[in-house]
Amino acid sequence: MSEIEKTLPAQRDLLRVGVDPEEKERCGTFLQDNDKVVLCGVHQEGVDLLSTREALDALPEAREYLWRALREDPELGEFQNGYFIRARRGVKPFFPVQSCLYMSREGMRQHVHNIVVVEEGAELHVITGCTSSVRRGVHVGVSEFYVKKGGKLHFTMIHAWGDEVETMPRTGVIVEEDGVFISDYICMHPGKRIKMYPTAHLVGRGATARFHSVLVAVPGALMDVGSRVYLQASDTRAEVVSRAVSMGGTIITRGHLIGEQPHVRAHLECRGLLLKEGGLIHAVPELEGRTVELEMTHEAAVGKIAQEKVEYLMARGLTEDEATAAIVRGFLNVDIMGLPDALKEELDKIIQQSDQESL
Amino acid sequence: MLRIEELKVEVGGKEVLHGINLHLPRGKVHALMGPNGSGKTTLIMTVVGFGRYKVTRGRIYFKGKDITDLPVHERARMGIGLAFQRPPIVRGIKTRQLVEMCAGGREVDVEAIAGKLNFTEFLDRDVNLGFSGGEMKRSELVQLMAQNPELVLLDEPESGVDLENISLLGRAINRLLERDLKPTEGKSLKELRAQRKKSALIITHTGHILQYVNADVGYVLIDGHIVCSGNPKEILRTVERYGYEECAKCLR
Repeated sequence: MSEIEKTLPAQRDLLRVGVDPEEKERCGTFLQDNDKVVLCGVHQEGVDLLSTREALDALPEAREYLWRALREDPELGEFQNGYFIRARRGVKPFFPVQSCLYMSREGMRQHVHNIVVVEEGAELHVITGCTSSVRRGVHVGVSEFYVKKGGKLHFTMIHAWGDEVETMPRTGVIVEEDGVFISDYICMHPGKRIKMYPTAHLVGRGATARFHSVLVAVPGALMDVGSRVYLQASDTRAEVVSRAVSMGGTIITRGHLIGEQPHVRAHLECRGLLLKEGGLIHAVPELEGRTVELEMTHEAAVGKIAQEKVEYLMARGLTEDEATAAIVRGFLNVDIMGLPDALKEELDKIIQQSDQESL
Repeated sequence: MLRIEELKVEVGGKEVLHGINLHLPRGKVHALMGPNGSGKTTLIMTVVGFGRYKVTRGRIYFKGKDITDLPVHERARMGIGLAFQRPPIVRGIKTRQLVEMCAGGREVDVEAIAGKLNFTEFLDRDVNLGFSGGEMKRSELVQLMAQNPELVLLDEPESGVDLENISLLGRAINRLLERDLKPTEGKSLKELRAQRKKSALIITHTGHILQYVNADVGYVLIDGHIVCSGNPKEILRTVERYGYEECAKCLR
């Protein structure tokens, strides 16, 4: 039995947010249950993994990363804990670090503060799964990410919440020269309400940020999800892509790109698919150019599945349900994220459920 | 193989086909000609069973079974395959995945099929995304070869295809229809031809494809009526010389 299996019995909950209980293809694991850190260990040279509280006590330099990528908000109060992950200069672990923020006490407020630092020339992939075994609760996740010169951080976040959970993450990212930040966000069980607007600052020449979101809203859910990138140095690049599917819930997809220096390129793409009556998708793309020489574009489209496409696949022998599922899966384009199989199965299950309900 | 009786079809509340009768025997290739808007596409879309095309009268039989009210996928699984004239773009699905779906669980060598149509490099692209007219036609044929239907419906297979690729398409269609026969030991070509099982209905506006694929019978469709049937080459010559106006006279 693995450490995770010993500490948390709810394997199914973990699997569906991408946590591998056997840690087979992971180089470290952080697990927080409610306000308590229950697991925190890494087996990769050059990667530090500590709870945030511990890091602030033990590492003098950790303080420098507190409230620098985000403006401090005293109203949030004291955070309980969270994770501090650092990939040291030039280190490129083959496997990702995984973390899980778990809520198992009904009605609790989980407040974490996470810090991820990728030093010069290092590359790190972090998979974070946030989930609850309970119906009701509030999750406040504050995250600050720092990508130094030539570093690369790939951050995959998966949310799966109980029906009445409210989530308000705050994320700030600072990317230096030639650094790359990639965010993949997947949420198929949004709970009652999710509101987030992660913001990246590209402060060094040639820095890149890419945000890709996959959002599925069931009836009663409200998702207000956006990504904002300030292109503050020349030759920086940004891409914000969101794919939203409403099964009857409300989704607001926002995007805001601010080009401040010459020779920046940025693209914003919001696509929404309404599968059921009663749903709402509101795409709000914003482009802000503050210099003459820049190239910023956006495309947005909201609609239903074209009958023509369903029948095209049916003419190849797929049933209507199979054809619809294939089109939705293709639309969400999850294949490019390299998601764990458990998550793909979860997605298929949700699509199938929606098909059955609509019959 | 395919029998259509007294078929009347409405599209968007307007009657487009006014009583079509057609019999396509097993192993035969028939060509459907006619001016734009005469109802050619409507006829094969109705055979495939798409929702927009409402049958108000008449029946369609395939292999002796009444398929008039069957859903699209059941007809496909019975052995009806269509090469679309303008297939839709399906984002996020790779052409390779679609070709595998076409095989319906049977083992197919996707690479080998695509290789024959110079299509290998398109397998990992999203279905029809950014394809030229000719690339779409090749994509459709690759899918049909994996599907391997008994009745092949081709909607303007030559439109938008450059000359170089028409003969490539023609060869692929002949292979699909088991028409690329060579005499083998013990059997004459005549005997082999008699054993053909694949049938096809080819829509062609220009008739170019008939230089590569031999059709046994041709029809002319005008204003939702079949006005004539006969030797396809003869019909084509008449149309080339006098236009479809001459065919329209037969309506009166």
